[in-house]
Amino acid sequence: MIPATFDYTKVSTVDEALSALADSDDAKILGGGQSLLPVLRQRLNAPELIVDCSGIDEMKGIADAGDKVVIGAAATHHAVMTDPLVKSSVALLAQATETVADPQIRHRGTVGGSLAHADPRADQPPVALALDAEFTIAGPSGRRTVPAADFFQGPFETSVGEDELLVSVAFPKYDGWGTHYEKFNRTAQAWSIVGVAAAVRMDGGKIAEARIGLTNVGGSPVRATAVEQALVGATTMGDIEAAAAKASQGLEPFSDEDADADFRRHLAEVLTKRAVAKAAGIE
Amino acid sequence: MTETLDTSTPLGRPIKRKEDAKLLHGRTNWTDNIQLPGTLHMAILRSPLAHAKITKLDVTPALSQPNVIAAYSAEELGDLNGSIPCVWPVTDDIVMPDFPSLAKGKVRQVGDCVAVVLATDPEHAADALEAIEVEYEPLSAVVDMEKALDSSSPVIHDDAGTNKCYVYNLGGGYDDVKSKADVIVKRRFINQRLIPTAMEPRAVVAAPMGMSDEMTVWSSTQIPHVLRVLMALVTGIPENNLRIVAPDVGGGFGGKLQLYREEVLATQIARKLGRPVKWTETRSEDMVATHHGRDQIQDIEIAATKDGKILGLKVDLIANMGAYLQIITPGIPLLGMFMYPAIYKMDAYDFQCTGVFTNTTPTDAYRGAGRPEATYAIERIVDELAAELDMDPMELREKNWIKHEEFPYSTVAGLTYDTGNYEAATAKALDLFGMDELRAEQQRRRESGDPVQLGIGISTFTEMCGLAPSRTLGALKYVAGGWEHATIRMLPTGKVELITGTSPHGQGHETAWSQIAASILGIGVEDIEVVHGDTGRAPYGMDTYGSRSLAVGGQAIKKAADNLIEKARVIAAHQLECSPGDLEFVEGEFRVKGDPEKAQAIGAVAFEAFTAHNLPDGVEPTLQGEATVDPEDFSYPHGTHLAAMEVDTETGKVTLRKYVAVDDVGNQVNPMIVEGQVHGGLAQGIGQALYEGAFYDEDGLPLNANLSTYLIPAAPDLPSFITDHTVTPSTTHPLGTKGVGEAGAIASTPAIINGIVDALRPMGVTDVAMPATPMTVWKTIQAAKGGQA
Repeated sequence: MIPATFDYTKVSTVDEALSALADSDDAKILGGGQSLLPVLRQRLNAPELIVDCSGIDEMKGIADAGDKVVIGAAATHHAVMTDPLVKSSVALLAQATETVADPQIRHRGTVGGSLAHADPRADQPPVALALDAEFTIAGPSGRRTVPAADFFQGPFETSVGEDELLVSVAFPKYDGWGTHYEKFNRTAQAWSIVGVAAAVRMDGGKIAEARIGLTNVGGSPVRATAVEQALVGATTMGDIEAAAAKASQGLEPFSDEDADADFRRHLAEVLTKRAVAKAAGIE
Repeated sequence: MTETLDTSTPLGRPIKRKEDAKLLHGRTNWTDNIQLPGTLHMAILRSPLAHAKITKLDVTPALSQPNVIAAYSAEELGDLNGSIPCVWPVTDDIVMPDFPSLAKGKVRQVGDCVAVVLATDPEHAADALEAIEVEYEPLSAVVDMEKALDSSSPVIHDDAGTNKCYVYNLGGGYDDVKSKADVIVKRRFINQRLIPTAMEPRAVVAAPMGMSDEMTVWSSTQIPHVLRVLMALVTGIPENNLRIVAPDVGGGFGGKLQLYREEVLATQIARKLGRPVKWTETRSEDMVATHHGRDQIQDIEIAATKDGKILGLKVDLIANMGAYLQIITPGIPLLGMFMYPAIYKMDAYDFQCTGVFTNTTPTDAYRGAGRPEATYAIERIVDELAAELDMDPMELREKNWIKHEEFPYSTVAGLTYDTGNYEAATAKALDLFGMDELRAEQQRRRESGDPVQLGIGISTFTEMCGLAPSRTLGALKYVAGGWEHATIRMLPTGKVELITGTSPHGQGHETAWSQIAASILGIGVEDIEVVHGDTGRAPYGMDTYGSRSLAVGGQAIKKAADNLIEKARVIAAHQLECSPGDLEFVEGEFRVKGDPEKAQAIGAVAFEAFTAHNLPDGVEPTLQGEATVDPEDFSYPHGTHLAAMEVDTETGKVTLRKYVAVDDVGNQVNPMIVEGQVHGGLAQGIGQALYEGAFYDEDGLPLNANLSTYLIPAAPDLPSFITDHTVTPSTTHPLGTKGVGEAGAIASTPAIINGIVDALRPMGVTDVAMPATPMTVWKTIQAAKGGQA
């Protein structure tokens, strides 16, 4: 379909972006366009102004910041999943990103854009949540940092204000952790019905620490803290299965054509078991 | 019987498609690419409700929007608001409601056309739709077919007073054989609603051509010739002033076998305003406004003896027409009617079909059109009968199928199958599949309680191609014939124009038809240009659908080429000073028998025919052959398809691990094109089994009318198919060919579901609904476990 009329401006710095946002009551930020364009074309939204942030150099890079990896909000999925530092220190993010849509979309779409869009079906938000990523947001009064636990506010809602811009996301390094993203969907290029992001630190064949994030079992990504606690000390598949059974605790999943709430709860348990087993290398 | 093809000619060779270079380099001419000066762009206001009275409709505010030239509702359009005809009134008392292009006072489906805006650019046309003032009074909608037949349900067409469209009956006698049966198996299968989803959505450009009275309509259609007749009838434009062109068309799958409202609107408005009018469908419109396919409730019952002899079959269908009848909506289930008995011998067959209106998008042809539904039901119930009898499903099939020496065979449904060899295709398929190893693995997984179970799905199918002998169509009350035309013109330079009435939209006719003609005329494939899809250049034809193009059109090409040779022979004999009977035609030249030095190439004959300086008395100048062929009978491709299905019982996710398709489509003109057709058909048939299904809520609102929720399989979702063939030439076709456009889609759906059920049968599962989504499969397993506990 044809979008409604809008104004367009392409900016080259964060400050220019903020001033464009300040000048409009109804602006939307364009990154790779993989979420925004379908919204515009289906006339689900008709903003007055599109602020194209794909040309802001500061937001494109992936940087080593000591104990963290800082990913610019305009870095593409492809750039993130092929980056050697991300692959070694934030492997879970690379693995989840590899499952996003198809190569064309991964070359245009951005990880920051997906996180800021906060689609409940998206694969990277639970990774950011499980790994305690930190979001740097620029606004009229400067920059602030928001932990992942506070960033996701509901379906398509984040703590980024109307006049603000997500600049970068910092992921702590998890060198040596075992990781796996278990995505469950109907066709290879479809959205997740449920996904499980798992990272475990092993110590002598035992799970010493675990971090688990769940995709699409609620309006926002969910941290499976009960599972994380129960996994400590696990050494066998039986231990993992018992811990994973807690994955559905407290979930209030919605129902749709692909999965009703019961099936989503069931999938959360089964997929958590599988994700943890693969991350831990336990069969 | 025709001999196996001689491979010294281009016929039967896997040569690369002539049309692909153009497609790959983007040198295509899609309808949307056509830019005519002064074009107005049409946008359509569509109903967001499934059933409602239009209580207010004012298009005038749209007229003051920028770049808008005109806007119309049904009222303003008046007599130009043509109605879509149904050309297949299957019974004398069928209900055929009015189907106006723009809704008159009431909408009956989401997507119904309510008003149109014409602007000088598509962007402003789309914007101006929002200015139209429209109010609806919602009415109760009816979506469920059985509820729609209940007298307490809302009536969709007030004048009809009922939602029942027709009841069609065939046969009788099942009850007699049923009384002799030891075993009766009954099932209800739901053949769900599908959306054709061609890569190129529809598009139309209608243009009054300057000084003449001609109206030219370019449309992304499968049926330019049929469209011309229908458009003339609907609009009153004299047929001889109408030219319909199907330029490059990006897929159809039956979805473009239609006269659509938008085509009528564009043509009528172009006529009214005297300017070209263009409309290009969006994907969102395509999902609700291009006709859908399938959507039948199938109650099927099979009667057999305890040793597995099938005695009879009873089929009771309810077929969803949707909100209106498109051109052949009521006939689709009847194309399936002939195929329920399939390859099996039996004594009795009762068939009934009830067509019903609902507040949904109209249904019509979709790849296979009736035959996939029939094949699904029979191949599923044969498996269920095997389970009931505790017989191997292939052994049960063998016991009942028509043996190769029994052809020609008259079926209980009234068809005569000319040839077939189910034994040969099955033997080859079993060999390629590795059945014994897979059965052993299945057993191991069952015994070890593996969470991933393995199932083996069988489909031994046949179908009917080559629509159709005109008398047969007449007997079925279809209002047109099923012939096909070809003209072959050899030009003075030796180049050839092959004019066909078929209308390809991805099939590869330009290559395949060139191969047929080149092999007969003894010239190069590259010397032939195939002209098609334009009623101005290819005046006669019945177009492309129902796997008819080679099956019928191929016969016309063969005969036209033969006719050309016969005319050339007379001219050559005159030139060589001998009698025509003394000449043989070999490798593109006429040679005097016994004196091969005396010869004349066919190109030289063409030049003589052009100069006409030295033609025999009574022979007219120019060299061409033409033929219009009404097929003697249908042709009956068949095959054996086998699927190995892995079912993850913890998540319900199904994976197709291995697929073997051995098809017998008779002689093949181009095996590479055959393989491509089989692959595409398999993807669509597997799509029905596992992924696709268009669903509505109870208010008639579509639940998944977009490509992020209506899932179609892509390359990563399918294994590398193992395809092969046997060759049992058709005896009703001069080239021994049959047809291959739909075989893959017809055969594969039951193979997939049979495989899933086979994997889960030890758990108590006896059926799985389509599409077999993870949730459906998981819930089926849970229900079976609950039933056993």
